[in-house]
Amino acid sequence: MTAPGILAWAKVWAYGAEVDTDVLAPGLYMKSPLEEMARHCLETVDPDFVPNVRPGDIICAGRNFGMGSSREQAAQSLVFHGVAAVLAPSFGGIFYRNAINHGLMALVCADAPLISAGHHVSIDAVNGVVRDLDSDTEYACNPMPPHLLAMLANGGLVPHLEKRFSQKDTAWPSIR
Amino acid sequence: MPQTLAQKIIAHAAGVETVAPGEIVTCNVDLAMIHDSGGPRRVQPILEKLGVDVWDPNKVVLISDHYVPAVDAESARILDLTRKFAAAQNLPNFYDMQGICHIVLPERGHLKPGMFVVGGDSHSPTGGAFGCFMFGIGATDMAGVLATGETWVRVPETIRIEVTGGLPLGVSAKDIMLALCARLGMDGGDYEVVEYIGDTIDALSMAERMTLCNMAAELGAQTGLIAGDETTAAFIRNAGADPGDITRWQNDADASVRESHVIDVAALGPQIAAPHSPANSGPVADTAGTKIDQAYIGACTGAKLVDLHMAAKVLKGRAVASGVRLLIAPASQKDMTAAAADGTLATLTEAGAIMMPSGCGACAGYGAGVLADNEVCIASTARNFKGRMGATTSDVYLGNPYSVAAAAVAGEIHDPREFLS
Repeated sequence: MTAPGILAWAKVWAYGAEVDTDVLAPGLYMKSPLEEMARHCLETVDPDFVPNVRPGDIICAGRNFGMGSSREQAAQSLVFHGVAAVLAPSFGGIFYRNAINHGLMALVCADAPLISAGHHVSIDAVNGVVRDLDSDTEYACNPMPPHLLAMLANGGLVPHLEKRFSQKDTAWPSIR
Repeated sequence: MPQTLAQKIIAHAAGVETVAPGEIVTCNVDLAMIHDSGGPRRVQPILEKLGVDVWDPNKVVLISDHYVPAVDAESARILDLTRKFAAAQNLPNFYDMQGICHIVLPERGHLKPGMFVVGGDSHSPTGGAFGCFMFGIGATDMAGVLATGETWVRVPETIRIEVTGGLPLGVSAKDIMLALCARLGMDGGDYEVVEYIGDTIDALSMAERMTLCNMAAELGAQTGLIAGDETTAAFIRNAGADPGDITRWQNDADASVRESHVIDVAALGPQIAAPHSPANSGPVADTAGTKIDQAYIGACTGAKLVDLHMAAKVLKGRAVASGVRLLIAPASQKDMTAAAADGTLATLTEAGAIMMPSGCGACAGYGAGVLADNEVCIASTARNFKGRMGATTSDVYLGNPYSVAAAAVAGEIHDPREFLS
């Protein structure tokens, strides 16, 4: 990431609507360490994902991505594989928070299902622009709220909190 | 500006007069509920990294329910860590193997109207049945709450669902929710608040109201909400707590809501959700005849005392079909004890049910009772996502406890009304 919320060139993995948390982080492996759990990420819908995903790739999916459980391993497994962003028309509310908390960009993009697997895109989450570089098509997305961009810039909630506690600041730096 | 109940609770927690939908505010948390899976084992390393303890041990409730009792070295380690965390942080409210968190929390008098509560579990909306704004968050979010006592929220709009009519024979709150999942979809709640009102709600027990709010999660809502009334107050008093001022925590009559829906339950029959989504719900006739290997009555959604009573009505004097296993994990130790005292437990076991410990069990594939390849299960739980209860190739159908018990007796999905009169 060159700047918070900016991706210059990312390969797309495309999925349908309602990719749920059990598919992203199967319950059978919840006791296991993240590296074991992440090996099973998305395997029930796409066994090719784990062997072939590369750091910097992104996911474009249908609505309600990450619906279901509060288990943040769903987001962490994607981060483990280096997924740089997930674009979808809507997200499971808990997944959305979990993603940002782990430094994973989650972008509300109504046209995300139109973007093809294997294409390359650029993303500007600050201004809300996604460009398919292979088809030279521009799509609008919702700009990320500033307090979440700040958290993303810090690398997620824990580094964000570390900053807060090290500054002996009594308020959330990005919200108040 | 007239306020919805959700707005009133959030404004109070944020220390302001009013809030508007879409606004992002920081709230003081009245109570944080954590469990053994997303709790200590995941928040402790973060608290250590930050060099802080829990902000207020009196505002934290810790419940072990996901890995109980331990089945292997790893689950034993997780539970050991959970117990040590409770001791190290001096948590006065630690319920070890007493039942599922969403049930134990109100059962022990921790919820009352007007509270702003976070739970480290996606079925935390269950607490909304008590007029609280209670929603689920992930472990890192929870660590932030435990460290600071605060969290941010985007003020949600309210989606109002008016439920009207008397519940017919063999129909329960679970059917209302399955019907709503089919009608509105798994994102119909759109991370807003789903609020239930109407004459059906007024007449419902707290246990059934909890089922409605519990499955607001399946509608994709941030939470479910039911304003408190005398039923709420009586439940809280019975749990040994003070319900506070019920009249303060109500909607303003002219508060605006995003959308309203009406569901008349007088014409509703038992609903079954086919694999792999609660939104694949329809009348039991659509799936009747589907052979099953396992029937499971469990989870925060479908194993409270009222749910055990429903199952017992079907199982009284009947037997589980040969080749089928009926597993029942009561939602809490208190519910199990009550079921033993009123004879329900005997009815269940005489019919051939296998009783399991109170806990989350097989619902999310964590505990005992998971499924083999190609097995078919009907469950009183909330979710039937692919692979959730075990093997990727297994199929899970969802129904109310009457329907699960009826399927166990018939060996296949079956209209439970034939067993009720």
